[in-house]
Amino acid sequence: MIGFTRRAAMGLLGGVAISALSLGPGMAQAPEPVRIGYVASKSGPAAAGAGITTIPNYELWAKDVNAAGGLKLPDGSQRPVELISYDDRSSAEDAVRAVERLASQDKVDFILPPWGTGFNLAIAPLMDRLGYPHLAVTSMTDKAPDFAKRWKKSFWMLGGGHDYAGALAQTVAKAQAEGKVNGKVAVISVADGFGIDLISAARPIFKEQGLELVYDQSYPMGTTDFAAIIEEVKSSGADSFVAFSYPPETFALAKQARTVAFNPKIFFTGVGTPFPNYPGIVEGRQEGVMSVGGVDGNSEKIAAYFKRHAEVVGTPPDSWASAITYASLEMLAQAVSRVGLDREAVAGELASGSFDTVIGEVKLEDNQLRQLWLVGQWQGDKFVGVAPADRTGAMAPVIPKPAW
Amino acid sequence: MLSSTLILGLVLGGSYALVAVGMTLQYGIARIMNLAYGEFIILAAFATYLLFGSLGISPIVALLIIPVIAFGLGVALFQVMMRPLVTRAGGSGRLEVDSILATFGLLFVLQGVMLLAFGGNYTSYGFLDQGVNVLGTTLAANRLLAFALSIGLAGGLFALLQFSRWGLALRAVALAPGSAALVGLNMRRIAALGFGLGTALAAAGGVTVSMFQTFSAHDGVLFTMKALVIVIMGGVGNVLGALVSGLLLGLMETAVARWVDPGLTLAATYILFLAVLLWRPEGLFGKAAGR
Repeated sequence: MIGFTRRAAMGLLGGVAISALSLGPGMAQAPEPVRIGYVASKSGPAAAGAGITTIPNYELWAKDVNAAGGLKLPDGSQRPVELISYDDRSSAEDAVRAVERLASQDKVDFILPPWGTGFNLAIAPLMDRLGYPHLAVTSMTDKAPDFAKRWKKSFWMLGGGHDYAGALAQTVAKAQAEGKVNGKVAVISVADGFGIDLISAARPIFKEQGLELVYDQSYPMGTTDFAAIIEEVKSSGADSFVAFSYPPETFALAKQARTVAFNPKIFFTGVGTPFPNYPGIVEGRQEGVMSVGGVDGNSEKIAAYFKRHAEVVGTPPDSWASAITYASLEMLAQAVSRVGLDREAVAGELASGSFDTVIGEVKLEDNQLRQLWLVGQWQGDKFVGVAPADRTGAMAPVIPKPAW
Repeated sequence: MLSSTLILGLVLGGSYALVAVGMTLQYGIARIMNLAYGEFIILAAFATYLLFGSLGISPIVALLIIPVIAFGLGVALFQVMMRPLVTRAGGSGRLEVDSILATFGLLFVLQGVMLLAFGGNYTSYGFLDQGVNVLGTTLAANRLLAFALSIGLAGGLFALLQFSRWGLALRAVALAPGSAALVGLNMRRIAALGFGLGTALAAAGGVTVSMFQTFSAHDGVLFTMKALVIVIMGGVGNVLGALVSGLLLGLMETAVARWVDPGLTLAATYILFLAVLLWRPEGLFGKAAGR
């Protein structure tokens, strides 16, 4: 390093410049890639969610598109996709800065959203101002209709707390009407976004359905021990157990329930239940566990998507937002093939067009995806959708859940 | 009801104490406040997961192997990274500040390496989850193991420090770093030993905790925070203090979750912490023994 002088450095730089120049004409023959930027949490607390649902699907999609020759344009030509990504380190401020940078410095053609409701809400005004279509896939919010009105180029694809709580309440109420459960429900919820949204939506809805919440407590994020809570729930008289939880607690609850042989007739836990590693955590005893989300267990497209995801990424996708994330990218590609790279036109096409995706035929309603699986259940080695019960592909729920 | 709360609380406290004992030892003997302590716990947890998942080696066997490797790693780390700091500080209080800064940096390095190696996903596996009946309360076998281990390790260490010649040397270094050398003790060696031993304990904690707790590459800080609270509450450098305050914390959390509101467990933890510090700023067992 000592002998490395400024002159040598300049010489080297010159050399690099010349070789870049000489490479230039050769490069120009290949079609110029479509630059697609994204920001997601690659480190920090949100990285676990982004690392399961968001980033693998972006990479898988880019790979699939490029393997097929690139993005199709209306004139029939194809251009490869180039992904440019930034880590927001699980900070919403960083996500906003990265979006700004993607637009102003990298001048990307499209920007894919980060993982999580909070992050998507943080970047939504900026995406709108910069004129980029915003596919806010992993955003669960009851305010989606308002947001879609406020930011015309934003699309909301995961529903809101009321949707999920409502479908769950109906599922439990139906089981009660059939005499399968006693209508007493014990609920716990994490004192954070997901838990607060769902429990505040669930309280009135459960009451409307004639269900009784005999235990209703929240717990702080990061709780690792549920022994005391499960003891309380056991003695509450409820035979349906609902936890609006995050993954670490979802797993801890399953373990604790198995340990003390806590076998309610309905065992519903939150985020993490549809993860591909869930069966391993409960040593293959996942049968009958319920949660949000799900996939169409009979769909060949979904089966093929799961298989390809497992081959390329190394693990199968999760059964809630993964397939929807992939579908949103298929929608983007199809919109581009119809109207080209003009962002305004793409947003218009996303809002009004109908698309053929892994989750089936998709047509957004007021910029929202409404064909959602709201309650799912592990049946065999698949986490399948059971509610809304009238949707094509819906499975009948297994109630009572078999003992652990 | 009372007995089950007591038992559940003690067992939870045992797992807390288990992850804190090593940190207090590292500070007590090597004078290094190791902020990367939690990363070693996570590293051991990932190692256990790998051994169990890909090679089928039982976590019980891992409990015998990984701490030994961690001991070597700890000693090596001390020799390479901490020794220059020890030399520079020359026995002054500067070492404490320097070591906090250095291990704070180490935290990010280790976290980054683990993110690269294992990704950011939540990791968990099932092992020894079956229930064991203790006085009418069903406990997970893995948590019971953590409890037994924390009592055994803390008790054993306390006895070792108190009654063996080797322990006497360790205590001499901890108590009077300036004069210990005068009576022929090899300071550097003993400090390295103490640091290595602390790392081995962190690893033992990591192996055990991985059996019942979901972990990810960024969770090290959570363990460090919990351990810091316990270590400070028990009296920095005091092994018995770490055990007692860990158990207290577990009892407190369980009792509050049971009788008050599960939402207040975190608040209760810090109220207890604050109360202890107001009453005894040096910690429950601070200066009185062992240090």
